Amino acid sequence: MTAPITRRDLIGTSAAAAALPMPSLADAPAPAAPAAPAVAALTINGQVHRVAIDQRTSLLDALREHIGLTGTKKGCDHGSCGACTVHVDNKRVLACLVLAHRVEGRAVTTIEGLAQGDTLHPMQAAFLAHDGYQCGYCTPGQIMSAVSLVEEGHTQSEAEIAEWMSGNLCRCGAYTNIRAAIQDAARAKRA
Amino acid sequence: MQEFSRLVPTTTQAAARAGAVPQASFIAGGTDLMQLWKNNVQAASLVVDLDRLDLRRISLDGPTLRIGALATMAEVAEHPDVKRRVPAASEALLAAASPQIRNMGTAGGNLLQRTRCGYFRDPGFACNKREPGSGCPAIAGENRELAILGGSGSCIATQPSDFPVPLVAADARVELHGADGQTRTVELEQLYRLPGDTPHIETVLRPGEVITAILVPDAPANRRATYVKVRDRQSYAYALASVAAGIELQGGVVRDVRLAAGGVGTRPWRLDASEATLRGQRLSPALIEQAAARATDGAQPHAKNAFKVTLLRNTVRRALQAVTA
Ligand SMILES: Cc1cc2nc3c(=O)[nH]c(=O)nc-3n(C[C@H](O)[C@H](O)[C@H](O)COP(=O)(O)OP(=O)(O)OC[C@H]3O[C@@H](n4cnc5c(N)ncnc54)[C@H](O)[C@@H]3O)c2cc1C
Ligand code: SF4
Ligand code: FES
Ligand code: FES
Repeated sequence: MTAPITRRDLIGTSAAAAALPMPSLADAPAPAAPAAPAVAALTINGQVHRVAIDQRTSLLDALREHIGLTGTKKGCDHGSCGACTVHVDNKRVLACLVLAHRVEGRAVTTIEGLAQGDTLHPMQAAFLAHDGYQCGYCTPGQIMSAVSLVEEGHTQSEAEIAEWMSGNLCRCGAYTNIRAAIQDAARAKRA
Repeated sequence: MQEFSRLVPTTTQAAARAGAVPQASFIAGGTDLMQLWKNNVQAASLVVDLDRLDLRRISLDGPTLRIGALATMAEVAEHPDVKRRVPAASEALLAAASPQIRNMGTAGGNLLQRTRCGYFRDPGFACNKREPGSGCPAIAGENRELAILGGSGSCIATQPSDFPVPLVAADARVELHGADGQTRTVELEQLYRLPGDTPHIETVLRPGEVITAILVPDAPANRRATYVKVRDRQSYAYALASVAAGIELQGGVVRDVRLAAGGVGTRPWRLDASEATLRGQRLSPALIEQAAARATDGAQPHAKNAFKVTLLRNTVRRALQAVTA
């Protein structure tokens, strides 16, 4: 880990800095000191959580390690698997590629926020009814993605569902049942 | 990942000034940066967050389609003016990454995504692009995904993005805002530098320069266009080869044609020789065949990617058939 760099260091006199034309930062807001974790007020499932986290913290780690919401899963941590899918302002995104501090002021929904009390969200119920999983590890991400998919309207055919669910991998290969669950939930919603 | 502080400027000028500091990095969607940072391929001590800049709009400015650099890939792909003026760009975006990533990644960020070369992405290996002068293990190593066009003895990495391919075909330009307050526009094709012996310098962007918009001129051959992408699996994979093809026909004769390829070049690759073969000629299967053959003029295949020579020709043929069908 390198030493923390302050704003003064960046404006100041280092040799590397002197080699480039140095712009003034006068009209730029001051950055927070990097070393100290800064408090982020994160709105998760309608509730505000204040957490002291480093600027580098991903939304995924903030949820799991700092807020204790472990429903959102870490598969690859690199944007490849979809296990960490959550909604930010009603759009599906990958929590492992989001810096937590950047979603302050936005509405984050995780798998824990779908059910109304003891009543499952229709997509959760459809996954249950169709056995849309085996080990269940990819399931929260699949369901969050599937809820958005129905909102987006990409459920006209099984092929369309497959294409628009391609960002969610399932190592157990439960794809057939996952697609059946989504088709069912989409049909129920249209009806 | 290296520690950083984060600035959230509200004007492009403030962002450009802050971004000119050494070790500063702009962040847009963050989808490529997060991977690069986590793997210690790249590091920043100051992150200049572009989130609050008013650069999201997609609009028509007379004959020019203007795509704000911070519009998300999903927003661009679904915009009616984009679909009408440059349908191949919409198709390219819908064939890129996944729905989640397209909700995060931006138009400008996609243009600047860095190569997927596995050696570059893993600091355990030498790589001239990541560490100038350390060597290029790909040339004699794993080069199946890498470039057959535009490479050098120092680097054969492909520019992996889909979006710039149809844009280069459409003669798009990028609008830039510099740290000194000056704006300029650059042909998108010229934004990218060939690797030569400095593969670590990838674009002509100056320190602090912000891409503010992508400007696409109107042309019949941009409106009648398509994008064909070939990958190892049907979805959610980078291109092994891709082709954007646009055409204007008049009485069976090619009045205008635009062709560019992705996944095969060290930058989005305009297929000049193929275009020249077609322009002014009467369209026929034989002519398409000739044009496809010229797509690989100057190609330098390597031990594991020689298949791309045939693949690129076939993809050009397929794209031309599709756009003229
Ligand atoms: C699993 C996976 C699969 C993928 N598959 C594909 C694919 O098939 N095809 C494809 O094209 N892409 C693919 N991608 C890549 C994805 O599309 C890019 O990561 C995304 O487009 C980058 O945009 P961003 O806004 O997130 O960029 P960021 O990560 O925010 O930034 C990327 C770079 O651009 C710079 N930058 C961003 N905006 C500006 C600006 N306005 N001015 C100046 N500099 C700027 C940043 O400083 C940084 O250097 C994939 C990604 C993942 C994770
Ligand atoms: S091809 Fe380029 S990016 Fe890949 S190892 Fe060689 S120098 Fe690095
Ligand atoms: S953990 Fe985020 S995509 Fe795999
Ligand atoms: S159910 Fe096991 S990974 Fe999908």
